[in-house]
Amino acid sequence: MTDTSSSGTQPEASVSTGTKSTDKQTADAAVAAEARRRATRRGIIWLFTGVAVIWLFAIGVDTSISSTFDLSTTTDLTLTVPSAATVWVLGGVIVALGVLQIVRPLGASGYLSVLVVILAVMAFLTWAGRDQAFSLVGMLQSTVTRATPLALGALAGVLCERSGVVNIAIEGMMLFSAFLAAFAASASGSLWVGMAVGVFGGAALAWGHAGLSVTYKVDQIISGTAINFFATGITAYLAASVLTSNPQLNRSGTFDNWSLPLLGDIPFIGEFLFDNNIYVYTMYVLLPLVTWMLFRSRWGLRVRSVGEHPRAADTVGINVLRTRYHSVILGGMAAGLAGSFLPLGSVGSFQEDMTAGRGFIALAVMIFGRWNPVGALGAALLFGFAESLNSKLAILGTPIPSEFLLMAPYVVTLFVVAGFGGRARPPAADGQPYETN
Amino acid sequence: MKVELRGITKRFPGVTANEDVDLSVSSGEVLALLGENGAGKSTLMNVLYGLYHAEEGEILLDGEPVTFESPADALAAGIGMVHQHFMLVPVFTVNENLMLGNEVTRGPLGKLDFEASRERIVELSRRYNLAVDPDALVENLPVGVQQRAEILKALYRDADLLILDEPTAVLTPSEVTELEGIISALAEAGKAIILITHKLGEVMRVASRIAVLRRGRVVGETRPEDTDEQHLAEMMVGHAVKLVVDKTEAAPAEVVLSVDGLSVRDDRGFVAVDDLDFEVRSGEILAIAGVQGNGQTELVESLCGLRTPLTGVVTLDGADVTGAPPGDLFRLGLGHVPEDRQNDGLVGPFPVADNMVLNTFNWEGFASGPVRDRDAVHDNATRLSEEFDVRTPSVDTPAGTLSGGNQQKVIVAREFTHAQRLLIAAQPTRGLDVGSIQYIHARIVAIRDAGAAVLVVSAELDEVLALADRVAVMSEGRFVGMLEGDRIDRNTIGLLMAGHATEEAR
Repeated sequence: MTDTSSSGTQPEASVSTGTKSTDKQTADAAVAAEARRRATRRGIIWLFTGVAVIWLFAIGVDTSISSTFDLSTTTDLTLTVPSAATVWVLGGVIVALGVLQIVRPLGASGYLSVLVVILAVMAFLTWAGRDQAFSLVGMLQSTVTRATPLALGALAGVLCERSGVVNIAIEGMMLFSAFLAAFAASASGSLWVGMAVGVFGGAALAWGHAGLSVTYKVDQIISGTAINFFATGITAYLAASVLTSNPQLNRSGTFDNWSLPLLGDIPFIGEFLFDNNIYVYTMYVLLPLVTWMLFRSRWGLRVRSVGEHPRAADTVGINVLRTRYHSVILGGMAAGLAGSFLPLGSVGSFQEDMTAGRGFIALAVMIFGRWNPVGALGAALLFGFAESLNSKLAILGTPIPSEFLLMAPYVVTLFVVAGFGGRARPPAADGQPYETN
Repeated sequence: MKVELRGITKRFPGVTANEDVDLSVSSGEVLALLGENGAGKSTLMNVLYGLYHAEEGEILLDGEPVTFESPADALAAGIGMVHQHFMLVPVFTVNENLMLGNEVTRGPLGKLDFEASRERIVELSRRYNLAVDPDALVENLPVGVQQRAEILKALYRDADLLILDEPTAVLTPSEVTELEGIISALAEAGKAIILITHKLGEVMRVASRIAVLRRGRVVGETRPEDTDEQHLAEMMVGHAVKLVVDKTEAAPAEVVLSVDGLSVRDDRGFVAVDDLDFEVRSGEILAIAGVQGNGQTELVESLCGLRTPLTGVVTLDGADVTGAPPGDLFRLGLGHVPEDRQNDGLVGPFPVADNMVLNTFNWEGFASGPVRDRDAVHDNATRLSEEFDVRTPSVDTPAGTLSGGNQQKVIVAREFTHAQRLLIAAQPTRGLDVGSIQYIHARIVAIRDAGAAVLVVSAELDEVLALADRVAVMSEGRFVGMLEGDRIDRNTIGLLMAGHATEEAR
């Protein structure tokens, strides 16, 4: 064989197909045209949203009516706005954004879409609260409370899946630990003991999940499903056989709210953000901390490498299986914390099937947050908001079936999972057992 | 440093991958480990690297016996490996990939010290002349640069022995030249190097010693100055081989495939094929040469109905088949040998017989209405296996269990029999042994002589040179050159493949 690159001979090439200068432009133009179409489509959606907002929530509303928002539960802080005019303004802004987007595509349209949704929700609340007082602070308080188990559950998912193990057993881990936490707290008389036992319970189930899916390479979905069934069964059985006849063992009570110094005194914001129980503060600290650890620390680098390309991690001397065990069990502890919140942070006792699908919603939250704990926190707040909006509306008695509102976050999740607005990319080795030689 | 393997035997269930292998390499030396696919080269090196454990034999490091339980042990002993499939995490930066497993940290939480490792990488890049941006995401880097990052990764760990597993398989000719320079420079800097390859030219250019492996045994050791390519090929295969294909002058007739203004997008939405125009005539072989990932995959997929074109018109025998589904194309006489034979060419768990009728199972002859004719399928498979020399225990054997060469022959048997008008073969001999390559090349020439138009897509220069009547060189979605007759030569194609514009090549 000859040398492929001898510089002595100058080779000749005859060209029959070639370099038309228009080539690149036609293809680029086709791509640009499609991007443009997509932007326009988005603009049209905004425009319609704005028009719908005005039509539904402003037209036909008496201009003399006003909406009152309570901004505090302890003081008389309120915000009163004329209903129709406010909706007109909010809807008008959305319409303007839509028109602008159609005429000349705006950048950052992802963020603008979020803005449009927020404006539409504000308009809706103004309409829903017309001619009466609406407790905005109450709704936001319940948003934070409802977001807490979702965010902590999602953290469990992030820890597992970042290491390459799919965990659909968050639901079961939460339920199991909810039971243990309520039981242990009631029996010992200490909420802290309850919390610790709950965390331990989550870890125990996670250890089982790791054993099945990491060591024995059982399909991770099947292993997770098995754990979910186990948790549903065992807690239902124990609740019926032990708690029913000994109600004193199911009276855990809840952690008290603790207003943070200074921050808790901020009007409105302080009331719903910084006057909460230990779980909420744990969520505030834990999710950013784990995010930092995942992306800035040695531990995180190794966990992510194992979830992305376990073979590569193996070849540089990282123990893939051990790393996955650690991550899954840490995730189980987070799920345990999330589960123990239900009796100890919210309800005050264990009830059969009290997770009610929150473990699965936590998975959606994890995906919505793009496998990033801080992203999951944002997503959890969104889901929590939708839930609390729904329960408030039931009280206000709006004509819209509340089920539709409750559906909204899941519809959004579907779109995100389907890849709209930028693809959410799971860890590359997520769900694949690692075979050592 | 001197590393010795003594009497290494490694068995897998049913196969002896290495048998009583002795080998040694010292600092400053480039040992080429030459052998066909499946000769046991990679297994041997995985034993040395601690990924596999040998049943018998020992490893000596400077005369001292050592055991490597895992790659971590081998790394600690100064042995680094650049794998054929890069061991880099695509979503990590170069810096993160290099520090992984050897992190420098600060503080109780293990905060990564990116600055310290970046400094070290920059220093190593300069010392060994391996330019890589430490902060680039690996997935955004061309393969050649990824490979440099892999080499740096071994050097970052202070490796004294570097094992390079088929390092040139994914490189352009100019990148190959560059890599050969790097290998020589590393050897001069006192590193010991083991180069695993089946490419003879490469061995002759860079090796200081050559060990030939066949069926798990060392069948010969020599030096480049004492041998030649023909001799090495015979040692590797075990019998006399011909390195060229017999082929007469092409006799192109009517246009079969005509492509006009075809643009195609890849999975990420980027334009991968950019406004191509070309024709393939009956009785000729058009080879599309080019480094992988320059739009060949998307081109072939769009021609075979697996990907919808963005713009352009494709006609087959004058009929507009733009975006036509594969089933229609097959009925018009298209044969398609896909690039990824295990995922796109075969259903691994299905028997050979079913795989041979994958695209014709519901045709008249193999089925009547919804009912399949098992006997006809069986007979068809028996006949084709014989004709195409498929070595299989029976036609009921799952296709996935056959060797790579025999799997490819199953696909070739299926596709060639109904490529009456057009054959599109993508990387038809990738990863196959010399014998199978020769056989498939001869078949491709035969199908051309039977009057079909043939489009071969290949990243292997040797294959392009062996088969092509005309060569189109593809780079970044376009043809950067179309060569005919005696204009077809290695240098020109190589330069064009590397992306040199035609003007520069001239």
